[in-house]
Amino acid sequence: MEQIPDVPKEKFKLIHDENNSEQEKIGTPSLTYLQDVRRRLFSNKVAVVCLTLLSIIVLISIFAPLVAPHNPNAQQVTLSNLPPKLGNLNIPGFNGYQNMGGKMVDAYKQVGAPKDSFYLLGTDYLGRDLLSRIIYGTRLSLIVAVLATLVDLIIGVPYGIVSGWKGGTTDTIMQRIVEIVSSVPNLIVVILMMIILKPGLGSIVIAIAITGWVTMARLIRAQTFQLKEQEYVLAARTLGESSTKIATKHLIPNLSSTIIIQTMFTIPNAIFFEAFLSFIGIGIPAPNASLGTLLSDGQKAFRFLPYQMWAPAIILSIIMIATNLLGDGLRDAFDPQSDD
Amino acid sequence: MDKILEVKDLHVNFATYNGTVQAIRGVSFDLNAGETLAIVGESGSGKSITVRSILQLLAKNADIAKGSILYHGDDLLQKSEKEMDDIRGNKISMIFQDPMTSLDPTMPIGKQVAEPLLIHNNVSKKDAMARAEEVLRLVGIPNPEARMKDYPHQFSGGQRQRIVIAIAIVDYPEILIADEPTTALDVTVQAQIIDLLRELQQKIGTSIIFITHDLGVVAGIADRVAVMYAGKFVEYGSVNDIFYNPQHPYTWGLLDSMPTLETSENNRLNSIPGTPPNLLNPPKGDAFAPRNKYAMEIDEEEQPPYFKVSKNHYAATWLLHPNAPKVDPPASIKKRFEKFKELGGSVK
Amino acid sequence: MVDEREKIVQVKNLKQYFNIGKPNEVKAVDDVSFDIYKGETFGLVGESGSGKSTTGRSIIRLYNPTDGQILFNGQDISKIKSHGPQMKEFRREMQMIFQDPYASLNPRMKVKDIIAEGLDVHGLVKGDEERDKRVRELLDMVHLNPEHMTRYPYEFSGGQRQRIGIARALAVEPQFVIADEPISALDVSIQAQVVNLMQDIQKEQGLTYMFIAHDLSMVKYISDRIAVMYHGKIVELADSDEIYNHPLHAYTQSLLSAIPVPDPAIEKTRERIDFDHSQPFSDDQSLQEVLPGHFLYCNAATAASFK
Repeated sequence: MEQIPDVPKEKFKLIHDENNSEQEKIGTPSLTYLQDVRRRLFSNKVAVVCLTLLSIIVLISIFAPLVAPHNPNAQQVTLSNLPPKLGNLNIPGFNGYQNMGGKMVDAYKQVGAPKDSFYLLGTDYLGRDLLSRIIYGTRLSLIVAVLATLVDLIIGVPYGIVSGWKGGTTDTIMQRIVEIVSSVPNLIVVILMMIILKPGLGSIVIAIAITGWVTMARLIRAQTFQLKEQEYVLAARTLGESSTKIATKHLIPNLSSTIIIQTMFTIPNAIFFEAFLSFIGIGIPAPNASLGTLLSDGQKAFRFLPYQMWAPAIILSIIMIATNLLGDGLRDAFDPQSDD
Repeated sequence: MDKILEVKDLHVNFATYNGTVQAIRGVSFDLNAGETLAIVGESGSGKSITVRSILQLLAKNADIAKGSILYHGDDLLQKSEKEMDDIRGNKISMIFQDPMTSLDPTMPIGKQVAEPLLIHNNVSKKDAMARAEEVLRLVGIPNPEARMKDYPHQFSGGQRQRIVIAIAIVDYPEILIADEPTTALDVTVQAQIIDLLRELQQKIGTSIIFITHDLGVVAGIADRVAVMYAGKFVEYGSVNDIFYNPQHPYTWGLLDSMPTLETSENNRLNSIPGTPPNLLNPPKGDAFAPRNKYAMEIDEEEQPPYFKVSKNHYAATWLLHPNAPKVDPPASIKKRFEKFKELGGSVK
Repeated sequence: MVDEREKIVQVKNLKQYFNIGKPNEVKAVDDVSFDIYKGETFGLVGESGSGKSTTGRSIIRLYNPTDGQILFNGQDISKIKSHGPQMKEFRREMQMIFQDPYASLNPRMKVKDIIAEGLDVHGLVKGDEERDKRVRELLDMVHLNPEHMTRYPYEFSGGQRQRIGIARALAVEPQFVIADEPISALDVSIQAQVVNLMQDIQKEQGLTYMFIAHDLSMVKYISDRIAVMYHGKIVELADSDEIYNHPLHAYTQSLLSAIPVPDPAIEKTRERIDFDHSQPFSDDQSLQEVLPGHFLYCNAATAASFK
């Protein structure tokens, strides 16, 4: 420390520059918020796997008519309850053999199915292709999910924003309404709906529309309460920005993370709700397939033909787990606290 | 004097997505028994990280890359988590900035104050509570016997910080680390808390490491001062050295940018231009050079070593090199030099 | 003595209560009156909870005042409708600079859109080209690199963000700017930058400032006159030198005695004056001019003693 380094005198020239504009330069590359979110999301392996799985499921459902190997509702009673078979590849479990009275027999040969015909996941008790039914059933589940999300966005988000932004008496009244709505079990709403409408997609969606937006509205309201005290919102008010503009320019962009994350939890709830209704027989009517009706059918023959329940159960589980985990991943990605 | 803590050549890095941030780039200091060392710096200078390294309270992505922290000759960095638990809150304790988040809102304050005793020492609950009451009286909570059962929200901000201090000193720690303990408080409360810390130090003989960005607070409490910039100490010395004989242009800038009560509106404030460097890619030379009015060519090429100004007063600036030109410090700094001479010091 | 100076803001018996009629009623601002002259900097100091920020927010009509009048250029703006044309006009004339450089800029908006927000609201520019040109001018005025206009707030340091906030407020060319603790969240070396900038702009554009702060040394430096607030009331108001050299109210004295000074000799010998918070006000007190231009919250007897 006491050693004074030997430095030539000419190095000690003052080089001060009064107008150093380099001072205010920003060196780091510009990353928008969304790019930052994406990078955090993609560094989370679980979330990436879930996102991939869900994308595949969504794509298959969208292109169901092209992807499904058979008509999901076409009955061929002669070919009923066939086990899974994948071509003539003879893979154990997918070779069309079935345990009958302690012996493995080729079920396809027994019923006299054409040589080149096979069903990847087998057939049900009416000889309908299970794979095609699952694809169409998933599609229906996703339609329910999309409709539930729309309800969340169209009713829940604006309701929450208005309630939080207005505050005071408006907020009190709106919150009482929310409390009343959320105290009615949605199963009762469905049953009441069925008295008026016939069972089906319509009554399920209306039940969801009546009760499903409540959680979203509550979350958005709480968040809006915080946001409206933020100084940038106050600044917008002092500039004379109108309330609608403040909502679209300042509130919604800053609520988007809450909205997206909550949606990721709405989706599995809606799917499960539909599956549950169909399972207990007040959901989607026959012959249309939904994951719930497939489970219900499969459950009846579970002891002898377990594949009829396994396949839809696995798909439903994947969708539920994947959306939940993706929701968690999104929450971490949007949360500025989890800074790394 | 007894050195109780010696930090040697501490380097702390943080792994981030954009690369490694070199938050602490070679910090060394020691702490004597019974003294107050103030570390002054702006946000991001690394002052909090320095003291958090001592107690190993760093974030997960932090890495103490180099250095040692000797507490009575034992390297704290070699200690296990369990051994550290025995030191934290017992031998070395810490006060944080926000008194509200430092207290458990669901626990009566008497119990919170007594807790460190129950954890670290083999004392009965009754003795611990008696001691807690005594310490609460010491930190100036009126009527402590009645208020032991009250909850944090029943106290004002200043009183809460007093309770936080009571928790920190209940075990009579050898070292008390105060990380901006008065920043969240009003000026009048701040003055009271500083008086309290000074008083406590005399009563129980604790050494204090006081972190702050406020030079006014430093002048009131410190025996020695270290000025930190961009992860390094740029100057350190006794409180008189730093306030009356500052040598580093950054110290000049800090002292000069504060209005004194004599500064009238006609003389403009002297600001330090620009912003601190990004420690993702710290500059090759002196980190302060781009903002330095007195920067020289050598500043851009090589980091300055510590030059000795007087006994225990060092500054890392090439201006102290014998070959450096004589520069004209700001007027307010020259006034400080005058005072230094009056106090019997010699100014270069 | 008749004051010749033109008054830009006159606050008369302003009251701002919250939760009126409920058990948790708060009298944040309780019967406050003062005038602000054109071209001056009016400092408002007080500790947390004194009502200083609320006063600022009531004047700029972020709140609806409970009672009292706020005259701006002679016109009472305390009761104009929130979304009428009168309000829109008023929103151009009076602007605010906020405290927290991290919360005062919308993190999802680009800097140029933040600064141009007022321009868009009031239709002050036509077309993107003119808008960009004006944003560049404003960035230049606050010494920021105009190349960074497409960046997001988080990329800037605290001091730079605060300057973006200043540019946003000045975009609509206001006459009067309320600065609500604009430097208290900034580092010491940066505070001087922002204060200098605010003063330069004031000189150039002839602005009037109301500077709200708890840091008395900075307020003393920047203000022409200072009002000291305590528990929702102004307890003392005078020229800034007068306040510092001859504080009359016990609270002002205690506040001044607590300011830390970067000088160990002064700090180690300082005598703090404690203020008794138990009975701060009595009913016979009011704010009255006890010396020319020097107002004190006191009773008639005390006021007479200064004559």
